[in-house]
Amino acid sequence: MKQKFDIIESTCVPLPLENVDTDQIIPARFLKATTRDERFFGENLFRDWRYRADGTPDPGFVLNDPRYGGEILLAGRNFGSGSSREHAAWAIAGYGFKVVISSFFADIHKNNELNNFVLPVVVSDDFLKELFATVQADPTARVRVDVPAQTVTNLATGRSENFDLNAYKKYCLMNSLDDIDYLLEQRPKIEAYEQENA
Amino acid sequence: MNTLFDKIWDAHVVQHVDGGPDQLYIDRLYCHEVTSPQAFDGMRARGIRCFRPDKIFCMPDHNTPTHDQDKPIVDPVSRAQVDTLAANAAEFGLTHFGMMDPRNGIIHVVGPERGLSLPGMTIVCGDSHTSTHGAMGAVAFGIGTSEVEMVLASQCILQPKPLSMRIRIEGKLGKGVTAKDVALYLMQQLTTSGATGYFVEYAGSAVSSLSMEGRLTLCNLSIEMGARGGFIAPDEVTFAYLKGKEYAPKGAEWDRAVAHWCTLRSGDDAVFDREVVYDAADIPPMITYGTNPGMGMPVDGTIPASATPKALQYMGFQAGEQLIGKPVDYVFLGACTNGRIEDFRAFASVVRGRHKAAGVVAWLVPGSWEVHRQIVAEGLDQVLSEAGFEIRQPGCSACLAMNDDKVPAGKYCLSTSNRNFEGRQGPGARTLLASPLTVAAAAVTGVITDPREMI
Repeated sequence: MKQKFDIIESTCVPLPLENVDTDQIIPARFLKATTRDERFFGENLFRDWRYRADGTPDPGFVLNDPRYGGEILLAGRNFGSGSSREHAAWAIAGYGFKVVISSFFADIHKNNELNNFVLPVVVSDDFLKELFATVQADPTARVRVDVPAQTVTNLATGRSENFDLNAYKKYCLMNSLDDIDYLLEQRPKIEAYEQENA
Repeated sequence: MNTLFDKIWDAHVVQHVDGGPDQLYIDRLYCHEVTSPQAFDGMRARGIRCFRPDKIFCMPDHNTPTHDQDKPIVDPVSRAQVDTLAANAAEFGLTHFGMMDPRNGIIHVVGPERGLSLPGMTIVCGDSHTSTHGAMGAVAFGIGTSEVEMVLASQCILQPKPLSMRIRIEGKLGKGVTAKDVALYLMQQLTTSGATGYFVEYAGSAVSSLSMEGRLTLCNLSIEMGARGGFIAPDEVTFAYLKGKEYAPKGAEWDRAVAHWCTLRSGDDAVFDREVVYDAADIPPMITYGTNPGMGMPVDGTIPASATPKALQYMGFQAGEQLIGKPVDYVFLGACTNGRIEDFRAFASVVRGRHKAAGVVAWLVPGSWEVHRQIVAEGLDQVLSEAGFEIRQPGCSACLAMNDDKVPAGKYCLSTSNRNFEGRQGPGARTLLASPLTVAAAAVTGVITDPREMI
């Protein structure tokens, strides 16, 4: 949902798996909804890893581990590969995550997160490894994501890295504006483009 | 620089947004029932109409059952989603090919076969396999639902320009090696994230030699290497395929279009951000053993020692094992990957004069009604029926199991679709990806079989 980003400081939920595809984030059978009810999608985030076939929570999965919580999801390399389903971003937002930190994101999913006011933060493989180690050793460890400064800091160790965010998207995130608001203002330019290329 | 990708992309840039992405003009938006309802809701909430409704085409495909399409869909949730698309298309004045419309089918099969996807276009859809349309020489890529709403509202999206990559495959493909095998080989070589951030141009003699159907299969799978899209410069094969198609230009307009399309190629001095070259002779018939499409190997190979334990545990396999001879429970021929006429010809060529193995459940699902009509016109339905196979009605079907075509937990399905992710064909289902030839070989033997022994 639309929100204004500034500084986020939170504990993290670690999911140290690589190549997590969007079919795992939200399986296809939950894509039949015709509304954008983030709570529904959030309840089914990682459904088939989170629940056993009989519907009971799988205690081995991190979302069911009472030690972990927070607004930041720490994920392994190549997060969000596969299907373009934006429902995956709705599920992540609906569960309550505001930031996903990984060393690599799939392109479409990364855009989908940004369009839903979930911030994908790319860090180095080495820093990601450190973050996993810190959080797994101490689930109460906090990480700070400073959007204006574009830095992410492991508060337990003090190590910090800069992350990329283009100026336009940064402005949108910090002011709760979306691309459609912007594009609707551009209609005269679009008409001019059409005339030139007719 | 001076790549075909640059030419098409740059010609569609309305403006560069300060400090940000390009505002890209979109020539064609396709909408299916799964990823569009929330975009139409957004339009209603903003109180706006579609900016260019004539550039937008809608059709249901993911939820459609593959039998009794003339009757209402039994699953009320699927029915509601399909009905919602029809209602949205009517409300916003968009062309809609509904279920049972002779033009209906999987959106990525229908677009090219109706001549809606043309060289030089920008094409998007809320579906990662939109890359398929790149085979026509178009810049085509999957987008999210918010981006669908952007195009509905403004015929544009905001998008950072991807890097360019050329994959050249030179030489002649071996016996029993299809476009599907080429794609599975590329994913295995490059991994599922190897082309992330790039737009791929496929080139080289092995690519030019592919039929239009083969090119569509190859481009379809670009996303499985992480690429945003993949395309092939248009040539005589493209023009011959498009000529006379319903929405393709006609008469003098056709001649003008072809003259323009002939200019759509990368310059001899084109510089790609990345370039890789493969020898066609190195590519064998492929199969996957794991839970992403990059976990592939030669059909007669052994599962590598480096295979991810989590994937092998899910699949019930062990490193060092061969897959040849392993029983399959289901076979699936279809999807936007391999649901075209050439795929049915290939399947039929193997099963002709043979019979479906006892105990194997076979789902043969044409990609569209047009493909269905071709199957009948060529008498392939007869060949398949004599071999114990039944042709179903078109749709995405068991590729992602949003309809009733679900593979039960623990069962093995050898499939021509595009993804073998955990649970993709149903919770707990175990998917192995391969070409129509390899799938046909298993369909008649009941076990994984090298297709080269059957042709």
